[in-house]
Amino acid sequence: MTATRRSFVSGALAAAGTATLKPAPVLARNNAPATRPIPSTGEQLAMVGLGSWITFNVGRDQMLLDESAAVIRAFLDAGGQMIDSSPLYGSAQATIGYGLGKHGGTGKLFSADKVWISRVAAGAAQMEQSRKRWGVPRFDLLQVHNLVSWEGHLETLLAMKTAGKLRYVGVTTSHGRRHRELEQVMKSRPIDFVQLTYNIADREVEARLLPLAQEKGIAVIVNRPFRRGSLPRRLQRHPLPDWAGDTGASSWAQFLLKFILSHPAVTCVIPATTRVGHVRENVAAATQELPDAALRRRMLQHVLDL
Amino acid sequence: MFELSGYQLSDFLLFSPRVYFRLFALHNEAVWPLHILMIVLGLGLCFVLLSRNMQVGRFVPGTLGIIWIWVGWSFFTLRYATINPFAIYVAPFFALEGALLIWIAMRGNGPEFQSVRNMTGIGAMGVLVFSIAGYPFIAPAMMRSLHTAEVFGIAPDPTAIATLAVLALSRGSLRIMAMLIPAAWCGITALTLWAMHAAS
Repeated sequence: MTATRRSFVSGALAAAGTATLKPAPVLARNNAPATRPIPSTGEQLAMVGLGSWITFNVGRDQMLLDESAAVIRAFLDAGGQMIDSSPLYGSAQATIGYGLGKHGGTGKLFSADKVWISRVAAGAAQMEQSRKRWGVPRFDLLQVHNLVSWEGHLETLLAMKTAGKLRYVGVTTSHGRRHRELEQVMKSRPIDFVQLTYNIADREVEARLLPLAQEKGIAVIVNRPFRRGSLPRRLQRHPLPDWAGDTGASSWAQFLLKFILSHPAVTCVIPATTRVGHVRENVAAATQELPDAALRRRMLQHVLDL
Repeated sequence: MFELSGYQLSDFLLFSPRVYFRLFALHNEAVWPLHILMIVLGLGLCFVLLSRNMQVGRFVPGTLGIIWIWVGWSFFTLRYATINPFAIYVAPFFALEGALLIWIAMRGNGPEFQSVRNMTGIGAMGVLVFSIAGYPFIAPAMMRSLHTAEVFGIAPDPTAIATLAVLALSRGSLRIMAMLIPAAWCGITALTLWAMHAAS
């Protein structure tokens, strides 16, 4: 993995900055995944969720639908809560609905979806269509996807929350885009969640957005923890460092998730996967103690050196 | 509207390679044994072009036109749209191409074709034969199951390539216009395959 001196310095500074922040409370009971509180309500949420971009867009392929349902079942059985999707993700919403129906119950599901349409007036209809595909009575969280027409959609979502049709409101970006606009939304709107990209290679948000989320009491959902699989694929050529046990990680995937989860601003990370073994491995990353600031720096330096 | 700067091609990919190629397996299973008819029709096109029999020349664009309409409906509307919401907007263009080819077939005394004995003709005929008889074997050559094979008249890519080859052999003012949609589709599919490769 290539790294410029500039990226190392900025990353090291950011990592050092986290050392001054209080570690976020992490609750873990028995073998259940560790949780963090959603700042606006104090509700505990399992720290590892499940994304659905690409992985659950399987159309009407029965074999792949059943595989996806098995992943969803394993995720919920392992204590996972947040499943995140969007109308942008093809048939992913319908796949989730199929999986939840086959699972025979939603358990402690925390349903998170998005509104993604430029015409604000069409937002409510799109959200209702999404809800039907999921087969849930209401969403726990709805987010404005990639800040598309966010001003109008946020008004709609906040009204829905007031009316009890929704529990939480949020906005999303990804790939490090539109961060200035995101900062403006976080400062000016009473949102509960923000979703953004953060991983050991993409740490721009450490400088401003993560501290801002803590300051404003906004929960943070992290997308692209593995850069769509490219990070674990690159790292797997190398053995885990012999001190990986100190992080609690037994695989590169857990190593990467623990780096993310050890930032005190992060509430939940949503890796996507098509494999039952991987989803269990991902959820297990939230069951042990997390790296402190010094160990985070060591993890970052190790990956940069590879 | 959201910004386009900073996006990579793979960011627009909505599905995995596995899902994409399984789509062809499911489609082949659903329409089997139509493949046999399509290959026979394809070989029939080759025969007509080789014979340059003007009396049956209409058979070539006419058959292709019906095939384009069929592929647009059966593959894009019923199959590809299940994983790609934009596929539903491609089907009308396939129908348009089909209508244009049928019009070429019915127009005047029918289409004219050039000799296949010159370099252009040999090349175009080679591409046509490959798109009908050779294209399905790309799947096993790429270490994929033969069930995922893309067949002329069933899948859009070999259909578009065969059509471009036929149009390269034809004469007339409309052949360039009729090349636009197949060429555009070949470009789109090339980008899709490239994006899948980049994403993996």
